[in-house]
Amino acid sequence: MARDWRDLFITGDGPGAAAPDPDPEPERKRRGFFRRLRENLAKTRQALGAEIQATLFEGDLDAETWERLEEALIMADVGAATTARVVGQLEQEAEAGGLEGGEALTRRLTELLAELARTGDDRIDLRHDPTVILMVGVNGTGKTTTLGKIAWHLRNELGRTVMIGAADTFRAAATEQLEGWAKRAGVPIVTGPEGSDPGAVAWDAIVQGRAQGCDVILVDTAGRLHTQDDLMAELAKIRRVIAKQMPDAPHETLLTVDATTGQNGLRQARLFAEAVQVDGIVLTKLDGTAKGGIALAIAGELGIPVKLIGVGEALEDLRPFDADDFAKALLSV
Amino acid sequence: MFDALSEKLQATLSDVRQRGTLTEDDVNTAMREIRLALLEADVNFKVVKSFTARVKERALGADVLGQLNPGQQVVKIVHDELADLMGGAAAGIAFSPRPPTVILMAGLQGSGKTTATAKLARHLREQHGSSVAVAACDVYRPAAVDQLVKVGAQAGADVYEQGTDRDPVDIAGWALDRAKQEGKDVLIVDTAGRLHVDADLMDELVRIRKVVRPHAVLLVVDAMTGQDAVNVAEQFAEAVQFDGVVMTKLDGDARGGAALSVKAVTGKPILYASTGEKLDQFERFHPDRMAQRILGMGDVMSLIEKAQSQFDEKEAKDLERRLRKGEFTFEDFLSQLRMMRRMGPLQSLLGMIPGFAGSQLRNLKVDERELDRVQAIILSMTPEERRRPELINGSRRLRIAKGSGTSVQQVNQLIKQFGQMRKLMQQVGRGRMPDIGALMRQAGR
Ligand SMILES: Nc1nc2c(ncn2[C@@H]2O[C@H](COP(=O)(O)OP(=O)(O)OP(=O)(O)O)[C@@H](O)[C@H]2O)c(=O)[nH]1
Ligand SMILES: [Mg+2]
Repeated sequence: MARDWRDLFITGDGPGAAAPDPDPEPERKRRGFFRRLRENLAKTRQALGAEIQATLFEGDLDAETWERLEEALIMADVGAATTARVVGQLEQEAEAGGLEGGEALTRRLTELLAELARTGDDRIDLRHDPTVILMVGVNGTGKTTTLGKIAWHLRNELGRTVMIGAADTFRAAATEQLEGWAKRAGVPIVTGPEGSDPGAVAWDAIVQGRAQGCDVILVDTAGRLHTQDDLMAELAKIRRVIAKQMPDAPHETLLTVDATTGQNGLRQARLFAEAVQVDGIVLTKLDGTAKGGIALAIAGELGIPVKLIGVGEALEDLRPFDADDFAKALLSV
Repeated sequence: MFDALSEKLQATLSDVRQRGTLTEDDVNTAMREIRLALLEADVNFKVVKSFTARVKERALGADVLGQLNPGQQVVKIVHDELADLMGGAAAGIAFSPRPPTVILMAGLQGSGKTTATAKLARHLREQHGSSVAVAACDVYRPAAVDQLVKVGAQAGADVYEQGTDRDPVDIAGWALDRAKQEGKDVLIVDTAGRLHVDADLMDELVRIRKVVRPHAVLLVVDAMTGQDAVNVAEQFAEAVQFDGVVMTKLDGDARGGAALSVKAVTGKPILYASTGEKLDQFERFHPDRMAQRILGMGDVMSLIEKAQSQFDEKEAKDLERRLRKGEFTFEDFLSQLRMMRRMGPLQSLLGMIPGFAGSQLRNLKVDERELDRVQAIILSMTPEERRRPELINGSRRLRIAKGSGTSVQQVNQLIKQFGQMRKLMQQVGRGRMPDIGALMRQAGR
């Protein structure tokens, strides 16, 4: 069963009131809602629920089988090291007996993959007052879009009050872009002039968010390559500025990783984690044909869990990460 | 991973030297390493497969020649094949005899189209003095138009935009008319990022293409792209027949195997490299550098090639034999020194050695004046002394110092270091890459 929003967010609303189902009625009146919902579900299915390659375990269990399996995982961007680890384990178990036939092998394989993907604490705790979430990542990976989607979800599905901080003061029109999302999500935003100190904007956002009694403050940052030491230092500074306001904040630092990213994703995660302590990955753009297997390597090697996935460009195209679905999708055609 | 491949290859193949040719076993071991390195660099699995098959064929039975050790030999074959596949230096964009030359930009979301559009505009303006306009056809992503307005202006291009309420196909047509009217040399059409599997948006791109009839369609590809690059390239090629590729974010540490994948499956050249967020960080693409980057070998190939061209092969074999026997003389040293210096400043040679940039040796500065002094000292020796350094006694040292304008101390030091260096150099004879860092530290002191 797919993991649910309720499993993702720790809301502290108590068992009865936990993550109240949003009242769907007014939504339904919106034109095209059903069409969108249908399309959306199809998209998610496409992204995550696809059929596992039927031919993976056809015929005898020989060298060719394991090669086929390696190929499937490599093509999903899982990477040679993690692939070798998984295939090696399965091969060993198969040799030891007890895994008879394609079905059992497939089941065990998806299990192994899901186990690897499931790591650390993969929930997001919203019980802080306010909860501060910081978005970080390489250029163009989907920070701003994801932040917009999270804001929308928190407000519309969980009934939280949200404040956005536009701490990407660097990229041309980044603030305007985020203002667009704030408007769509219906939440207030704190901005600063282009080229101004991003730390100052983050500071302001938290001051204002607290003054207004917001539940969650979402801070966007400029995209940067993990190899740019000065920019990584700047990010660490933003984090420190936030911590000066609230010692335990940011409570959640989310790294966006584009699902099309290859092996470099591991370095991205490692260096961002070193600079700002990443709590979770948002795996974006899973609506394409890329499988996002690098997230498996990141989980396996660095112990950073995927928490959310992006499956499109609209507000609703965000899902909680489900390790089992992800494992199956990795092996799908 | 850096320089791991060439080191591994040299280690696994070190014993081949004695036999003289590469056997099937040797080659298989080498192929395994190469396969891993290419996969690590994100070259597509299928491309890797056919590539290693080709390399294997060439490497099998290849003679282990001259100055290269077997590892280097295989590296060279891999490199040559890779460079072949990447293609030679590609021609740039062909300008239309009837302006405006229209360039259409396409690619996935977040690949860097808008920035690349502005950079290309600036590049064409600077390189060719063209008057450039850019058209804002991304009406979907919030503030995409604002972004192009800003970066377009910074690039010195006119930005043609009509907000976000019109159909992008209409905006493109309108922009083309305007570029004609205003007598622009170049019109670059920026489009929204789209997934290659998004039928509606791909159709829109096809319609934009029909309307503006571009002279060049450029696919913008993120250097960090993984295995999926082939799907993306194939689908975009089918829909809009792109002519070339812009690789972005090459300033990071991604190996950029996607470049190879895209070239291999579509045959389209990589034309430009985008290497930073600043508008001038944009250049013509160098396929040969990319081949080395994918292999992660620093510029080891340039080093190998330079060394190869400077060495007479017989001379090299001769030298090698004497090295192995520890018969290295000041005469040899002098000719080595001269040869190395012909290859360029030593500091830059050191930078080409894999592993060097990252090692503690990177702070080592080669003082060219020191080398001048070393050369002068050796030149002041008689040929006999150069061949038999043990002859050089106290009075000879004084003569040499006077002749070379140095001090006896300096002569003493050189002779002492030469003795140590001789030992070091014997390693060369054992099929290992000379530890040039250590050599230089000795010689350059
Ligand atoms: N198809 C698809 N596109 C996405 C997804 N998430 C983001 N995008 C698109 O990717 C592009 C880049 O997204 P942004 O949110 O601007 O990325 P960013 O990380 O904020 O970029 P910078 O701030 O420029 O570094 C936009 O065109 C988004 O619409 C997703 O899940 N699926
Ligand atoms: Mg952004």
